Amino acid sequence: MIEYTTTRHNPGVDPILHLWGWEIPLYLFLGGLVAGLMILSGYHILRSRWDRDQAQGHYVTAPLLSLALLSAGMLTLFLDLEHKLQVWRLYLTFRPASPMSWGSWILLFVYPALVASALLTLAASLPRLRQRLPVLARVSESLAGHNGAVHLIGFANVVLGAMLGIYTGVLLSALGARPLWNSALLGPLFLFSGLSTGAATLHLLSHLTPRAGEGSPGFSDALASVMVNWLRPPSAQDGSRKLEQADNSFLTIELALLALFFGGLMTSTLAHQTGARLLLTGPWAAPFWVFVVGSGILLPLLLQFLQAQRRIQSTWVPALLVLGGGLALRFILVGAGQASHWSVALP
Amino acid sequence: MNALSRRRFLRISATSVIAAGAGARALGAFRDGPGNHPGGIRRTPTFCDLCFWKCGAIASVRDGRLWKIEGNPLDPLCQGRLCPRGTGGIGAHSDPDRLRAPLLRTHERGEEKWKEVTWEEALEFIAAKMKGIAASHGPEAMALFSHGIGGTFLKHTLKAYGTPNIAAPSFAQCRGPRDVGFRLTFGEDVGSPERTDIANAECLVLIGSHLGENMHNTQVQEFATAVGRGARLIVVDPRLSVAASKAHHYLPIKPGTDLALILAWMQVIVTEKRYDIDYVSQHGFGFEAFAASLVDYTPEWAYAETGIDPETIRATAREMARYRPATLVHPGRHVNWNGDDAQRSRAIALLNALLGSWGRKGGFYQPVTMDVPAYPYPPFPVPKKAKVDNPGHKYPFAHETLTTGIREATISGAPYPIKGWMVYATNLLQALPNEAETLRAIQALDLLVVVDVVPSEMAAWADVVLPESTYLERHDDLNPEYFREPFLALRQPVVDAPHDQKPNWWIARQLAEKLGLGAFYPWKHIEEYLEHRVSAAGLDYAALKRDGILRGPAQPIYWADGVPAEFDTPSRKIEFYSTQLEKAGFDPVPRYTPPVSGPPGSFRLLFGRAPMHSFSRTHTNRLLAGLMDENVVWINEAVAARQGLKSGDIIRLRNQDGALSNRIAVKATERIRPDCVYLVHGFGHTARGLRHAFGKGASDARLITRYRTDPLMGGTAMNVNFVTLESAEAV
Amino acid sequence: MSRNIMVIDTRRCVGCQDCVVACQTENDVPSGFCRDWITETARGEYPTVQLEIRSERCNHCANPPCVHCCPTGASHVHERGGVVLVTHEKCIGCKACLAACPYDARFIHPKGYADKCTFCIHRVERGQDPACVSVCPTHCMHFGDADDPLSGVSRLLATRPHHTLLPEAGTKPRIYYLT
Repeated sequence: MIEYTTTRHNPGVDPILHLWGWEIPLYLFLGGLVAGLMILSGYHILRSRWDRDQAQGHYVTAPLLSLALLSAGMLTLFLDLEHKLQVWRLYLTFRPASPMSWGSWILLFVYPALVASALLTLAASLPRLRQRLPVLARVSESLAGHNGAVHLIGFANVVLGAMLGIYTGVLLSALGARPLWNSALLGPLFLFSGLSTGAATLHLLSHLTPRAGEGSPGFSDALASVMVNWLRPPSAQDGSRKLEQADNSFLTIELALLALFFGGLMTSTLAHQTGARLLLTGPWAAPFWVFVVGSGILLPLLLQFLQAQRRIQSTWVPALLVLGGGLALRFILVGAGQASHWSVALP
Repeated sequence: MNALSRRRFLRISATSVIAAGAGARALGAFRDGPGNHPGGIRRTPTFCDLCFWKCGAIASVRDGRLWKIEGNPLDPLCQGRLCPRGTGGIGAHSDPDRLRAPLLRTHERGEEKWKEVTWEEALEFIAAKMKGIAASHGPEAMALFSHGIGGTFLKHTLKAYGTPNIAAPSFAQCRGPRDVGFRLTFGEDVGSPERTDIANAECLVLIGSHLGENMHNTQVQEFATAVGRGARLIVVDPRLSVAASKAHHYLPIKPGTDLALILAWMQVIVTEKRYDIDYVSQHGFGFEAFAASLVDYTPEWAYAETGIDPETIRATAREMARYRPATLVHPGRHVNWNGDDAQRSRAIALLNALLGSWGRKGGFYQPVTMDVPAYPYPPFPVPKKAKVDNPGHKYPFAHETLTTGIREATISGAPYPIKGWMVYATNLLQALPNEAETLRAIQALDLLVVVDVVPSEMAAWADVVLPESTYLERHDDLNPEYFREPFLALRQPVVDAPHDQKPNWWIARQLAEKLGLGAFYPWKHIEEYLEHRVSAAGLDYAALKRDGILRGPAQPIYWADGVPAEFDTPSRKIEFYSTQLEKAGFDPVPRYTPPVSGPPGSFRLLFGRAPMHSFSRTHTNRLLAGLMDENVVWINEAVAARQGLKSGDIIRLRNQDGALSNRIAVKATERIRPDCVYLVHGFGHTARGLRHAFGKGASDARLITRYRTDPLMGGTAMNVNFVTLESAEAV
Repeated sequence: MSRNIMVIDTRRCVGCQDCVVACQTENDVPSGFCRDWITETARGEYPTVQLEIRSERCNHCANPPCVHCCPTGASHVHERGGVVLVTHEKCIGCKACLAACPYDARFIHPKGYADKCTFCIHRVERGQDPACVSVCPTHCMHFGDADDPLSGVSRLLATRPHHTLLPEAGTKPRIYYLT
């Protein structure tokens, strides 16, 4: 029995670290989701043999949504900064040892990749653009007509998406002072969680959007309409099933990574074991098992499996559960990680 | 005067100033520390007032604002290093809760309803009341309670007014029994600062003395030196204090049985003939009778009383004897524990006598002082009545005035009525036991004046509250300290008082004028007084102002260096057997009586100090409150577990008389015996003016409704209260 | 080369917090925050209890995770003596360094930047000890150059058993506690 007392009383730090509230977990969630969307859309760009007719309106959804979500994420990240006016300092230097520095530079490249990806299909999916913004339309057309550019854009989206997804995990795992985060698996875990939430987002939107005719008239409706377009050929049902299958593989990998993550921690030092127990049996166990593992992974896995088998009708429920699980994972890991500490084995 | 060291200090200061300038230029990039200061940095030497130790301090004012306070390297007391309170002294100046203007009561006493008045009005009011009291009851009906050097001039005014009733809680509530015990044995007090040569002790014995938590600077510095040197350390305490944690022998004694342990130690040392035989035969009186009285106090007997295993008692006694005469059995300071305190202190004195430590290096040195003549005032009027506190010399060995005696007389009106109290810098409601008695006494008064820096509980009951400036804003009397070497220290203002606060000397002088006693203040400003005294001593006042400290030439402080071995006792020897006590009808040699015990299921309430707080005076000093904002109640871990309590749980304490404490957090700890609980003193403030401290923690004083009076000297023993642990909702 | 370290004698320390107040006044540490603090660890059962009292602060690690994770270079190692410092105006307040520190030695200053012990570099550069060391009434703290074998701190480390805090965190802390 060790009695430990300290006179330290710094706000945000004592009695246990509570620096990060909702902003950072939300940012990590949105960043992961965008990473997933980028990889999925980039993969589609690369895989599709580029055909202007087929491509019409297919790939603009994910990038546009991603831009919106990423900007929301950046806003929460900015809200978390305590010295906001200095934020530009991030771009005066590159610190290779700092995941935060990597992240800020990755984000700098993610934006053009997303914009390019959106531009690729903009002209085709929005015919009116030609009248309203002929310059933009010309850029879009010339991009789409250039095979090399298309491949570069697809490739950039996959690679930057992967970097973004992994970085959201490395951001935490690099903070060796918090044993719970101290696992290289956090990067892949967040990446695959991002992929599953990305797939779920598309899946969800395919359910939420009415199956309207192609090419909505106004720009204001563009977002909603093109989202559906992405899923349409060869058929919405096929696309949905593909997403379900993809999502299930992501969830399965995520589950395996979680198991490995805990396996790694539980076979490491007492500090790591104690950190892992915060989630497995400790104060965070209930939300972790219920929202992350139960309703966030296992239940959607089962539902999507049954949907894919056509035993039950396809609904938006599993997608929503996956999104909830992804969000919960970030909140719980950020919260519990701050409570985990090396000092369990005090001198 | 040690001119060399002064020159050296000046040289050091000069070089450090130059270096500082260069450093500041080179360090333009650093924003962490002080950079450029257009207003400059001004350093003023003074001496500290956060407690009564009076350490030399140097206060720095940066850009016109008080910045920091450091120890004065010239000061023999602090050696350039202050304690946390001293370092945090600027918090006293900037305390937003401090008194700002004179206050006159507008409602019932204790309601804390006031109106701000001018000094003129306040002092006129007081003077009129005091004149009335003198006219109808005689000036003796006015009493002054004063603590610390700041009270010098109020004492002067009250003596000029004609009262002999001037007291401080430091005697009957604190060190009195110790001084009486040592006087009876060696003919001299231990003094303050204590004449303990901890720095050179090879074996140090602390009995309930928690140096390190009790932050008397010199003592703690010397304690650390002794620990660092590897001196043997024996600590006796029901609580594993910080000092105990460093001990070679920690004796977890049953509270209240210390005398049994001391007697057993002496029994071992005497029967095994391990005492300093030459020393005792040369300087001792009545040793045979004393030795005979010890026969039955065997370690086995003591085990049953103290719970300390006999072999440990023997081993520690032998260890003390091994290192004599450099074995120091520390006499403690706050020693009002069980009611047998003067006799227990005498036993400590006798143990030291057996070890031959009095007068010896590593034991008790002979303090020396700077000869600074008193100011030539006119003689005070001779009071017509004797002091009120100790009628018929009920407590024959009380050589100072008893606060509680004045309180008793105020309540009873006997031997004569007391109608006015002036209270300077002491929070009697927290300092005296049994707060209800203090309040009863207050109700019998025609006048209660409180002079203080912060609105204490005592101020809450006053008719007039006078806001004093802090030590950083005022002059006070000189301090020609009794210490290892002679030196003289000056307190002088560093900054202005922020509001309408006034220094004690000004208040006392103005009051004297209003009382028609202006003749007792031949000087107009205190600097005239100070300069007069310093010059009369043949010293340079300008140098004192510049350096804060003037040091005198070293003098011998040990017998071995020529200090005569003299004892101001009837036998002119160390009195192992006290004929004085015998004549007064007391035990001439210490005799053990078991302590009172509490109701079943209760815990003895113990209290002590924390290093960053003084009494109940520092709890609104934001710097110090930031270090310790509230106290916690220490409860033995196993006991707490049995009661379903863990650290951080909130409870209340109820004492044997039903007094209930504030809510307080539990510290469940392996550092205390299961039969007692422990509080740091001074918390649980009830004065609303102490906004920051109000209601934080629990007050031990509130739970000390019972006290046992020492029959020798009237000290009030307070460790005789017992509490139970109640739920936070208890009413 | 010089390598500034602090050696703290836990035998002498009484936990009085003088070091804490001295730091607060010297460095204008805002109220409610602390750059240094006291911890106590007590092991054992009454009455056989081992108590260690330590004055703690930033360890100015030789392998400082706070510096590694800083995205702007605000957290850096000073070229002389290896003191870990924060350039306030470069700090964006991302708090990564706070989370990266296994000693929880940092905090966010009310003005928004990460703040912590500087080893009183402004004093050290003038040849003075850090404020905490200079005031300690127990003389339990020592500051000096570990690369100088004749320095007080080197000699203490050579002759006294000592430990550092959380060495398993791999940060190579440079505050040593004598036991």
